[in-house]
Amino acid sequence: MAKITELQVNGARCPIEADEATPLLVVLRDQLGLTGAKYGCGEGQCGACTVLLDSNPRHSCNTPVGKAAGHSITTIEGLAANGRLHPLQQAFLDSGAFQCAYCTSGMILTAAALLRVNPHPSEDEVRRFMNGNVCRCGTYPRIVEAILGAAETMAKNKS
Amino acid sequence: MANCKYDWPEAKDRKLIGKRISRIDGHEKASGRARYTFDMNPGNLLFGKILRSPYAHAKIKSVDTSEAEKLPGVVSVVVMKPVGKEPQPEIQWAGDEIAAVAATREEIAEDAIRKIKVEYDPLPFFVNEEDLSQAEGHTKPAVTEKKGDPEKAFQDPDVVTSEGYYGVPVITHCCLETHGHVVDWPDSKSLRVYASTQGVSAIGGQFADPLEIRADDVNIICNYVGGGFGSKFAVDTWGIAAAKLSKSAGGKPVKLLLERDHELLVAGARPSAFAKVRVAAKKDGTLVAWDSESWGTGGMGGSGVPPIPYPFHDKFPNFSRKHTFVSTNIGPSRAWRAPNHPQACLITMGAIDDLAAKLNMDPVELLMKNADLAPDPTLAKYYREELEVAAKLADWHKNWHPRPDKTAGTVKRGLGVSLHTWGGNPHAGNCAVSIHPDGSVEVKLGSQDLGTGTRTVIAIVVAETLGLPVDAVKVTIGDSKYPPDGPSGGSTTVGGVSGSTRRGAVNARDAFFAAIAPALGAKPEDLEAVDWHVRVKGNAAKTLTWKQACAKLGVKSIEATGAQKPRYTTEEQKTECVLNSGGVGGVQIADVSVDTETGIVRMNRMVAAQDCGLIIDLKTAESQVHGALIMGVCYALYEEKIMDRQTGRMLNPNMEFYKLAGIGDVGELVVHMMTGPGYDERGVIGLGEPPVISPGAAISNAVANAIGVRVPTLPLTPDKVLAAIEKGGMA
Ligand code: FES
Ligand code: FES
Repeated sequence: MAKITELQVNGARCPIEADEATPLLVVLRDQLGLTGAKYGCGEGQCGACTVLLDSNPRHSCNTPVGKAAGHSITTIEGLAANGRLHPLQQAFLDSGAFQCAYCTSGMILTAAALLRVNPHPSEDEVRRFMNGNVCRCGTYPRIVEAILGAAETMAKNKS
Repeated sequence: MANCKYDWPEAKDRKLIGKRISRIDGHEKASGRARYTFDMNPGNLLFGKILRSPYAHAKIKSVDTSEAEKLPGVVSVVVMKPVGKEPQPEIQWAGDEIAAVAATREEIAEDAIRKIKVEYDPLPFFVNEEDLSQAEGHTKPAVTEKKGDPEKAFQDPDVVTSEGYYGVPVITHCCLETHGHVVDWPDSKSLRVYASTQGVSAIGGQFADPLEIRADDVNIICNYVGGGFGSKFAVDTWGIAAAKLSKSAGGKPVKLLLERDHELLVAGARPSAFAKVRVAAKKDGTLVAWDSESWGTGGMGGSGVPPIPYPFHDKFPNFSRKHTFVSTNIGPSRAWRAPNHPQACLITMGAIDDLAAKLNMDPVELLMKNADLAPDPTLAKYYREELEVAAKLADWHKNWHPRPDKTAGTVKRGLGVSLHTWGGNPHAGNCAVSIHPDGSVEVKLGSQDLGTGTRTVIAIVVAETLGLPVDAVKVTIGDSKYPPDGPSGGSTTVGGVSGSTRRGAVNARDAFFAAIAPALGAKPEDLEAVDWHVRVKGNAAKTLTWKQACAKLGVKSIEATGAQKPRYTTEEQKTECVLNSGGVGGVQIADVSVDTETGIVRMNRMVAAQDCGLIIDLKTAESQVHGALIMGVCYALYEEKIMDRQTGRMLNPNMEFYKLAGIGDVGELVVHMMTGPGYDERGVIGLGEPPVISPGAAISNAVANAIGVRVPTLPLTPDKVLAAIEKGGMA
């Protein structure tokens, strides 16, 4: 099995050492100490492990690290810029869009992917796009509110 | 008691309490920096894995770990059952733990598990309890109770009787962070445990006997926990195994957290409850008689007994009930948010709703009429007010119709109502509050924040008491070396921590005033702390900023403590301040649409009117109710631990087939917290459990209202909805 020796994570080149089939989640967490992506189910069913691969949301629990090598990977740790929370992170904080927050990294990164392709989603589009991410604590209403709020902030920041 | 020194401030003086305040750990959480047990890595980590029984019932003849031990990278192996002794250990559910391995890499631990040889002697098992007639030999009478003369009451020619069958299957907790620990031995006598737990101060002792150490040599740490819901009070066999693996690995850290399938198999289940019910009322809706025969399973041990007829129970004029435990090989049950209440609620509120339909009565009106059956008069008053509020928010009088929805089309809409109660008295707890010369303020307690907002509540209470902004208070919890606080269960935490920290903060403030009063040329009792200042009451000239005032302490910090007792006797209440109480009510209304061709139930809206005494943080309180409503939608529509009759195993131990509601499945949630005069005086009361009790009943009632017939058991899956329609709905 081929060995993977480097990943491109949050804008930096990170040396790693893993078989190509190792789940990306395991490498991020155990080798790079990026524990923001969580293990929830290990089978692509909950979204807690979501990271961005070239800006697209991927379940890192069932993405082999071999498939991630050579692509730009963004984890929750890479979302804040210059010490300031990303508007989505700030909106989650302000809306109170979490309880235990174990689902939060996955939620925020999935939402970031949505806002990239659809900067002004309707409430319905938010619900549809986010439906694969499970929150056992049941914080959905404020997640929707936060995403819609962040979309507004980001639009304002641009103009 | 009025004007007691610890009393909550009057409404007009509250700067923070009762407002919508963001979580103080929100930054950690939003940035992904919050570290959960699953994220702990003290270095040189070994990975633990567990071998589990494939059989639901078997004797273990032998366990051979020699091949596993030989595998390079395997560091330690423990057998978790007393093999080799008589009688042979017996497995009572598929998934029970046999042996554990720690290895340098996760894959090696997995390989090692496969190399362990176990000889089983399979035995007959029983895993399906719904059909009681098949449960012979597995039942045990649990409760028989009678009040008044129900039989006579049923025979009264002037009463209307409704008969029905209602049930809730076993469901699991499915915490998003699975159960487990990261464990190491800093030295041969002390154990350090990062635990995903609901009881930081409480669980250390569980390691003492099996590891032969003193309870106070166990340090439990838990800063963030990814959900518990009642399932994380025990250190579990795998916690003990992790500590043993680490010990035989020379104290190296061992990480042993469950995989998702194991989480669903063994780490949390809510008992089932099924009931055949007769309930009768006079023609005007006055409830007069109840009779039920109920049963349920919580695995091999007993399950709880649902307190039916709920929540009226012995206020019901005439009732008789019988409950039977069924022993099954499905795995043990655990406390699940409001133990026994959601089941009791579905059974009772379902039966009463069917009776209302038979009486041609509006169920809101029927509940209103019978509100005095509530356990106490305060609650009766709350129910009336909450029924009114909820009905208004759901636009009940416009949207409700007698069963079924007679409008054209295949999608039918229905509304259903339910009410509930819960205790929520405080747990006992302690805290330490310090005020430092540099102006910083710290509060420490061995508590935990399950995501409910405990940290934030503590900060608000201390800040309110000291006249500070919330972020000026540093809250340190999550470690058993701090003053012990109770475990978080039964909605006891907010009462417990607010009681102890209010006392601690008042004590700290008074000591602080005593220390600095001379510098202000005033008496301590003339000082007040407001808006980040300390000043002499009524003398604006004598004002110091908080920092200036703290600087007057010189080099000596103020150190104070506060303690909350679990209960204050009537005698103690005369002299001690009572800051909390218990016994809340709540009313919920579900609004659903049912596709009569596919059987799919869609949530339009859930409305909750909920009281919980004095609310500390309205923002996190509302969030708790949202969460409860959504968990309610999950168990009403989707959740069931499905057991295979052939193999005795759970058929759906994964999140594909153990389905939870997604963001698009829950509809609109409308939450109204009952606050203000009449509510706030009761002091702080817990909120985690109550709002999760009614959703199953309210949603089931709404579906019955839409299609005209009861779908007897939860979850209300399309197949069951279609079967009910076929059997007699839509008439
Ligand atoms: S952990 Fe990857 S989807 Fe659940
Ligand atoms: S906040 Fe706990 S799982 Fe989403």
